[in-house]
Amino acid sequence: MTAVQMVPEAPGAPVTVAATGWRLAVRRFRRNTLAVIGLAVIVVVVLFCFVGPLLYPTDQTHTQLSQANLGPSAAHLLGTDAVGHDVLGRLMYGGTVSLTVGIAAGVLATVVGTLWGSVAGYVGGWVDAAMMRVVDAGIAIPALFILLVISAITTPGVAGLIVILGLVSWLVPSRLIRAETLTLKNRDYVLTLRAIGGSHARAIGKHLLPNSVSTIVVAATFQVADAILLVAYVSYLGLGVQAPATDWGGMLSAGLTAAYSGRWWLIVPPGLAVILVVCAFNAVGDGLRDAFDVRGR
Amino acid sequence: MSVLTTTDLGVAFRTESGTVDAVRGVSLRVEPGQTLALVGESGSGKSTVALAAMGLLSGNATASGSAVVDGTEVVGAAEPALRALRGSTVAMVFQEPATALDPLTRVGAQIAEVIRNHRQVSAAAAAAEAVDMLDRVGIPDPEQRARAFPFQLSGGQRQRVVIAMAIANSPKLLIADEPTTALDVTVQAEILELLRELAADTGTGVLLVTHNMGVVADFADRVAVMLQGEIVETGSVEDVLLRPEHEYTNRLLAAVPRLTVAAPAPAMSVASPPDGPGGRPDPAPVVDLRDVSVTFGRGARAVHALRGVDIAVHAGETVGLVGESGSGKSTAARVALGLIRPSAGSVHLFGTDLRRAQRRDRRSLRSGIGVVLQDPVASLDARMSVAECIAEPLAVHRRGMSGTDRRKRVDEVLDAVRLPRDLATRAPRELSGGQRQRVSLARALVLSPRLLVADEPTSALDVSVQETVLEVLRELQDDLGFACLFVSHDLAVVQQFAERVVVMRQGVVEEQGATGATLVHPTTDYTRRLLAAVPVPDPVVQRRRRAERLATLAAVTA
Repeated sequence: MTAVQMVPEAPGAPVTVAATGWRLAVRRFRRNTLAVIGLAVIVVVVLFCFVGPLLYPTDQTHTQLSQANLGPSAAHLLGTDAVGHDVLGRLMYGGTVSLTVGIAAGVLATVVGTLWGSVAGYVGGWVDAAMMRVVDAGIAIPALFILLVISAITTPGVAGLIVILGLVSWLVPSRLIRAETLTLKNRDYVLTLRAIGGSHARAIGKHLLPNSVSTIVVAATFQVADAILLVAYVSYLGLGVQAPATDWGGMLSAGLTAAYSGRWWLIVPPGLAVILVVCAFNAVGDGLRDAFDVRGR
Repeated sequence: MSVLTTTDLGVAFRTESGTVDAVRGVSLRVEPGQTLALVGESGSGKSTVALAAMGLLSGNATASGSAVVDGTEVVGAAEPALRALRGSTVAMVFQEPATALDPLTRVGAQIAEVIRNHRQVSAAAAAAEAVDMLDRVGIPDPEQRARAFPFQLSGGQRQRVVIAMAIANSPKLLIADEPTTALDVTVQAEILELLRELAADTGTGVLLVTHNMGVVADFADRVAVMLQGEIVETGSVEDVLLRPEHEYTNRLLAAVPRLTVAAPAPAMSVASPPDGPGGRPDPAPVVDLRDVSVTFGRGARAVHALRGVDIAVHAGETVGLVGESGSGKSTAARVALGLIRPSAGSVHLFGTDLRRAQRRDRRSLRSGIGVVLQDPVASLDARMSVAECIAEPLAVHRRGMSGTDRRKRVDEVLDAVRLPRDLATRAPRELSGGQRQRVSLARALVLSPRLLVADEPTSALDVSVQETVLEVLRELQDDLGFACLFVSHDLAVVQQFAERVVVMRQGVVEEQGATGATLVHPTTDYTRRLLAAVPVPDPVVQRRRRAERLATLAAVTA
């Protein structure tokens, strides 16, 4: 064996020690001011809805007609509605429903979409073709229409809404994940693994999923924003959770008639809350997309 | 007067991690009718100089110093002035003809557009001139071809169209950035010939950016060698390539694999080697493709990637698989790896017919194979550490192995490929291209395979890095005695590295035999043409080879 003189490689190409992936991602995210604000808004709103009722307890089940339609005052910071519920308390109470349904439905949609898309992309061939035609067909039918029909038939509760919303909005994430899987499965490291006899399970579990995590997280963020908006639509049309339970969309709907008589406190707070939270989730999604450097949407 | 003069040209890029000086103090000049080659390895700043000369630097770059093109200062010039300059006084030919052309516009129209951008001529006149241009760059049947879309042309024809666009307004300076790197050697020889004729006819000065010393020897009059953003040596092509002064130029030239060329004497006197795989005594080959065909798609659109291919690799030997793009060499390697199932014929791995083997047996057979693929970036999963990458085959085939044993084995193979052990905890992203390919090699060797399949393992690397990787590979083969199927388009590398060679063309084995015989005294016209087209990094020898090649071609067409 001849001793090899080590030639320093690529003379002058120093091996730069790059920041690790996560640290780089955090740095990029923090540079996006809107995304940081969005994240702060989400944290504040979540605290407001879930911790707020402990600090500011109100009765949201019994009607108190003596207290109905009061304007904002020291006793009721945002006034009361037509059946005497404190609006600030109701905003918290409705928010728990909106956020729970929105986040759970968004996550459910992403999970279903990820499974569907990754199977289609990895298996390929006619399986892929058949699965994606299902997605195409689903996208061709307006989600809102399906949603309203099912809601009208079943009058769902919180769990029902989550399932229905999740099942109408997994289509877009499934396309995203399929595209990601298609490029990843032909990467040299996956080919190498398969050439030495590695299993499909290992290829998916060790390479495809970890490398799609960023795409999945970004997709999930946008899905949550969409789902919160969809819950508001459905409830606004009176097909969401039923009284005395409510959510922000339901509050808007109930307050709409009162708005003409000048009781702005019934519609402005829930309306702003929906806009604020949806914008915040979208901003965070944008920030995450930049941070992970993935294509999204 | 020089068509391009740069004085103390510098370029700095603002990046996420601070400002990087990519080019510093570059002074060079290109005279009319002369070709200056700017050579260097990746990251040396040679392409940045070319872009700066056209004022095409990206938004995060700032240029300093001066670059004067035919009397106009480019550094700091306003965009309208640069637009008037580009495409008329100075034109550019890029590396990848597939992306340099608009896929949705007919090529004639693309050339006409360049003409009408700079000259007041009627659409009809421009179209007629475009046809003339296609004729001039040697595209047969130019009237018909002008109406073709880029996808209907071959890679070489596309590059001719790009050149036609570049010379449409008779530029004084032509900048060619790796104009033949994406092309096969035979096509490369034709394109270089075309560029040479055009430059000689019109007195255009050429700035040629390349990493290929053979291309430099073939085409350039003067050479400037770049290292880390600075020019370290300038001179005539004979001086720089034959009598280099700077230590870096010396090292660079020493690392270039050189094609052994037959003496111009009659080749018939050489004793032909015995037929068969060098008369080896061992009975069963490690891997044996028998009459293998692979067809993608079906019906009229079917592509026959392999047609009746026989390739055998015996224990301990290295077989080079060469051919131009589309010859099926990578497909053959993938069939050997079991990634592609042949549509006809059989594959025997370690003496077992893969079609007859049980699923479980097939998997355990695979543990005897190591794989190194071309792309150093895509070969390693960015989310794993170097140790995890290397240990992956152990996780697949040695499930029971303890963590300590695994770490020990990883350290051993890291030693074997001559990488420091503390690299194990690093991320692949932190490694250079050559280090990554050595990590790939370590992963391939971790199970002590009997067969290594290497598909263009050094094609994406600079020559000096390629040399190191090949040295490590050769040394390991001597120690461990695995067989190797080595796929490459680079005949010089294969000539040095392989004992036997298989030449492929359009899915068929054109010729095979001992490397010393087949690649020096080929028996088929195709191999002869292939060899003749490889430029050697010696301007004197290359001039002779070029003349011979043209004479042969003329004799064939006559």
